Amino acid sequence: MARALPIRKMLIANRGEIACRVIRAARELELEVVLAASEADTGSLAARMADEVKVIGPPPAARSYLDVDAILRAARESGADAIHPGYGFLAENARFADMVEQAGLVFVGPAGDTISLMGDKAAARAQASLAGVPTVPGSDGVVSDIDEAAAMAERIGFPVMIKASAGGGGRGIRVARNPEELRRLVPQASTEAGAAFGDRDIYVEKLIENARHIEVQLLGDGRDVVHFFDRECSLQRRRQKVWEEAPSAAIDDTQRRSLCAAATSLARSVNYRGAGTVEFLLDDKTGNFYFIEMNTRIQVEHPVTEMICGTDLVAGMIRVSAGEPLWMIQDEVTRAGHAIEVRLNAEDPSSNFMPFPGTVNGLRIPDGDGVRFDHMLYDGYAIPPFYDSLLGKLIVWAPDRGKAITRLRLALEGLEITGLPTTAPLYSALVDSADVQANAVHTGWLEAWLEHNRDRLAQQREATA
Amino acid sequence: MARHDIRSPIPGTFFRRPASDEPPFVTVGDVVAKGDVVGLVEVMKTFHQIEADGGGTVTGFPVEDGEPVTAGATIVELD
Repeated sequence: MARALPIRKMLIANRGEIACRVIRAARELELEVVLAASEADTGSLAARMADEVKVIGPPPAARSYLDVDAILRAARESGADAIHPGYGFLAENARFADMVEQAGLVFVGPAGDTISLMGDKAAARAQASLAGVPTVPGSDGVVSDIDEAAAMAERIGFPVMIKASAGGGGRGIRVARNPEELRRLVPQASTEAGAAFGDRDIYVEKLIENARHIEVQLLGDGRDVVHFFDRECSLQRRRQKVWEEAPSAAIDDTQRRSLCAAATSLARSVNYRGAGTVEFLLDDKTGNFYFIEMNTRIQVEHPVTEMICGTDLVAGMIRVSAGEPLWMIQDEVTRAGHAIEVRLNAEDPSSNFMPFPGTVNGLRIPDGDGVRFDHMLYDGYAIPPFYDSLLGKLIVWAPDRGKAITRLRLALEGLEITGLPTTAPLYSALVDSADVQANAVHTGWLEAWLEHNRDRLAQQREATA
Repeated sequence: MARHDIRSPIPGTFFRRPASDEPPFVTVGDVVAKGDVVGLVEVMKTFHQIEADGGGTVTGFPVEDGEPVTAGATIVELD
């Protein structure tokens, strides 16, 4: 397919498995690839795959992957006409997006204004309400003082969460189960938010206990938006997703239609451009769902959606960001089967997930029908200690969820990463869990399970050592 | 008393202070006991407290604040 994209050379301002993933998409679009790499990453798999590597600074991210000027300079010097931010680092930095566009380059993602709006929790919530998307009962904006917070909590009912407006990734959240706790925690939360985010604003929300995390994948071209159905990411540790599925096995088609329509409506209301995800909490007891936030980037777990929809979301976000109108209408987006992804981190599940970088040797990657491994590894690769511990993601697809779990078990048996501990033993244990098999889980399930299975994980480690 | 080296059990970045605007955990001349926190090693965005595995007087820091360390590298020297 010969497509005349107005860009020819893309700089990737990221590292690790997502840099490799973006390079694959760029290749399919026949783009040249420049990788912006820190001094610690010049020997990475992504650096080996890229056409050109520009060193942007020393290992600490603050002096390399977060250095806006260094990245723009690398783009200018290499003649790149687009920048892909991946996830994390500068992916949701509105100022960076603006500066890229001001430099006359394509930013692969939404407009800076959209990133700002969705990055401000209270503003995003207000936008969701405006678009008719249900939000968790709570304050529609910032609460100005303790009395207002207390009145709000009485109205929506305890327990409540006190959240920093500028927070994210689970940071700056406190739970109050009664008025006394609330009065003690509100000032603390506000002070902490000021120190952590430079913004003391907080809001109050009802805590939905034992909720599921369900999210909807979107792609917009700035005018129209299509959805690629839902994912469920209820298995989390410290509010970080570890196991993700598409579609959610917990909702029926009526709920799915409502969720996807709500997410699409929100994205349309901001003329969304790029790949994005609207996250929801699903209250299993009532079947109600509530908006949590919108992530204005490609997400770690995007492959499960690609597997069930047969689409390349990373190539898609590049195309729309370069100005191409959406090439499909909603009815042309279909799904089939079930996909599961597990995140492999350089952490030891038998010792409280302590990160431990090492040198990879004896890498064996499982293959076969419906098995995909998105990763950054090669034999002899010394994992740098400076960054996130994500090594890669094992993704499986099968005609139904039960078969996908079986396939995951087999793929895990076929996976070998020696030289460092990984979280693979966690997943080998989870595939045998009756709750996981029945999808009887919620966002607090995994931490409770880990408490009860600590010994088992330790034994599993000894058995494989 | 014999010399004793406190080593980092993990590779990462060594920090002598709990936060950049706070004083160091220990400085040369301080007497430390087994179990005292002498520094932090950041690995993969996680901070680990390094505790003294022996006692003595701090004589030196072979690694600068904020510099990379390997697993097994000496971070604090005691005498």
